[in-house]
Amino acid sequence: MAATDTRTPTVVVDGIDVEYRVFASGKAAGNQMSLASLKPKGVSTYRALHDISFVAHEGESIGVIGHNGSGKSTLMRSVAGLISPVKGAVYASSRPALLGVNAALLPNLSGARNVMLGGLALGYSKAEVEEMYEDIVEFSGIRDFIDMPMKTYSSGMSARLRFAIAISRAHQILLIDEALAVGDKDFRQKSQERIRQLRDTAGTVFLVSHSMKSIRDVCDRVLWIDHGRLMMDGDPDEVIAAYEGKA
Amino acid sequence: MTVREEHLTTEGLSAYAEQAGLERVGARPKLRRYIVEAWRRRELAATLASYRIHAAMGQNRLGLVWIVLRPTLLALMFGTIFFVILPNSSRPDNFLPFLVVGVFVFEFFSASLGQGARSIINNQGLVRSLNFPRILMPMATVLQRVFEIIPVAITMMVIVALSGEPITWNWLLVPVVLAIMAVFNFGIALIFARLTVHLRDLTQVLPLLTRLMFYSTGIFYSIEAVLADRPDLLALARLNPVYDYIALVRAQIVTGNSQTMEMWIVAVAAALLCFIIGVIFFWRAEERYGRD
Ligand SMILES: Nc1ncnc2c1ncn2[C@@H]1O[C@H](COP(=O)(O)OP(=O)(O)OP(=O)(O)O)[C@@H](O)[C@H]1O
Ligand SMILES: [Mg+2]
Repeated sequence: MAATDTRTPTVVVDGIDVEYRVFASGKAAGNQMSLASLKPKGVSTYRALHDISFVAHEGESIGVIGHNGSGKSTLMRSVAGLISPVKGAVYASSRPALLGVNAALLPNLSGARNVMLGGLALGYSKAEVEEMYEDIVEFSGIRDFIDMPMKTYSSGMSARLRFAIAISRAHQILLIDEALAVGDKDFRQKSQERIRQLRDTAGTVFLVSHSMKSIRDVCDRVLWIDHGRLMMDGDPDEVIAAYEGKA
Repeated sequence: MTVREEHLTTEGLSAYAEQAGLERVGARPKLRRYIVEAWRRRELAATLASYRIHAAMGQNRLGLVWIVLRPTLLALMFGTIFFVILPNSSRPDNFLPFLVVGVFVFEFFSASLGQGARSIINNQGLVRSLNFPRILMPMATVLQRVFEIIPVAITMMVIVALSGEPITWNWLLVPVVLAIMAVFNFGIALIFARLTVHLRDLTQVLPLLTRLMFYSTGIFYSIEAVLADRPDLLALARLNPVYDYIALVRAQIVTGNSQTMEMWIVAVAAALLCFIIGVIFFWRAEERYGRD
């Protein structure tokens, strides 16, 4: 019963379908110019998520697992409000922050400038970002490279910087899409520490990962997505066992 | 039964969410709230614009000089070509300053159009990873052009002065015309930024459209002279706001070019209309950006 559940919901995903528009490049053979090719035949839609529903609560950290292309990143983008579902809706208690693998803001700009732009995009003023700048750089641990263009960073370095930017704002809902996978031991410890902190202060964390170990380490609930559908939702050990049994 | 299973019916979940005071994520805000939010975050657009200029220029040896060198070379090229092919009689008076103003002011328009149209599809990374009013992307591209027009306009005036035009109080009106034009450019950028998201092929057609505009706005010839015996076509050409912006700048700094009240009215009305239509048109697809 809803009334008997005393936990406070932070994210409610209500039967969402998500579609991508795909611009297919022409078929390999017989792609001559013809009148027919003037029609937008290359545009089709691809349904990446089918009827996903779940409720997340304060203090939960939820793992999201599934095969490559199952729709995990798509789910995270929808929860973050970056893609809107064609059917259903996502509700949240505060604006979720997504930390993805390809969140390099502007690869041609230096790390320092990415910190500034990231902070501004998170809704801070310039003065506020300048104030937080030291902490962000300190947490990222890449001070020596902060004036280099971000495209020259290793994947771990850019993951560190993006994580530091994302957690600079006290988000109550944090979505981490494989962003920690490339980090070294020191960074993993630091970031898991932050995730635990967030959980203890009634936040909610989603962690997408292919490492069942880090899911077990951090999460107390797991969603298994398969071909865009929610296969299972529950206790980490059970869900992981079912997922690995199938794979 | 757990809560999760309990609420699997659609009505149940959304009612539950509302009851718990949760808000819909990613929903397009009301226009008024959208504009307020975008204005509050305007620093993002301005900072992005200035960083972009630095980054783009840092990659070239001559750096910022290119901003003014490009239109200068362009004017030089057209000047040489048209000086050779156009008979002396059909060339407008004060051909050099006439042409320089045309090319420089037109560049402001075409760059805003071209870059503005790509502002969403070229920033997919940013749009897909962070939540902010998307209008800030076309705003950043047009702001970048506005920052660049300052040295460009100064260069333009220096060239015009060097070519022997007298400096008058009217020169102070040039920034006014360019400011009105910036509003117009912003509206156009907004409209095309959304259109290219729906219709990717548009990016292929845009250069053609720009060319067409270039030849029909009288950059290197006088529309009045060429269309003297076709008053209907002339009236039509004058309704093109880009023509009016160029004509108004010429009227201030190149002798032999006059301005009319009608030009000012078209210039201001087109800017306001384009801006309003652009903002509304762009905002209505806010949820759409980033889905492909
Ligand atoms: N921008 C896009 N345009 C079209 N289709 C897309 C786009 N992004 C993802 N897809 C499709 O949606 C499906 C789900 O992709 P998604 O990135 O969510 O998978 P994932 O579970 O995160 O996979 P991985 O484990 O490899 O990260 C895939 O089949 C993919 O082809
Ligand atoms: Mg993914």
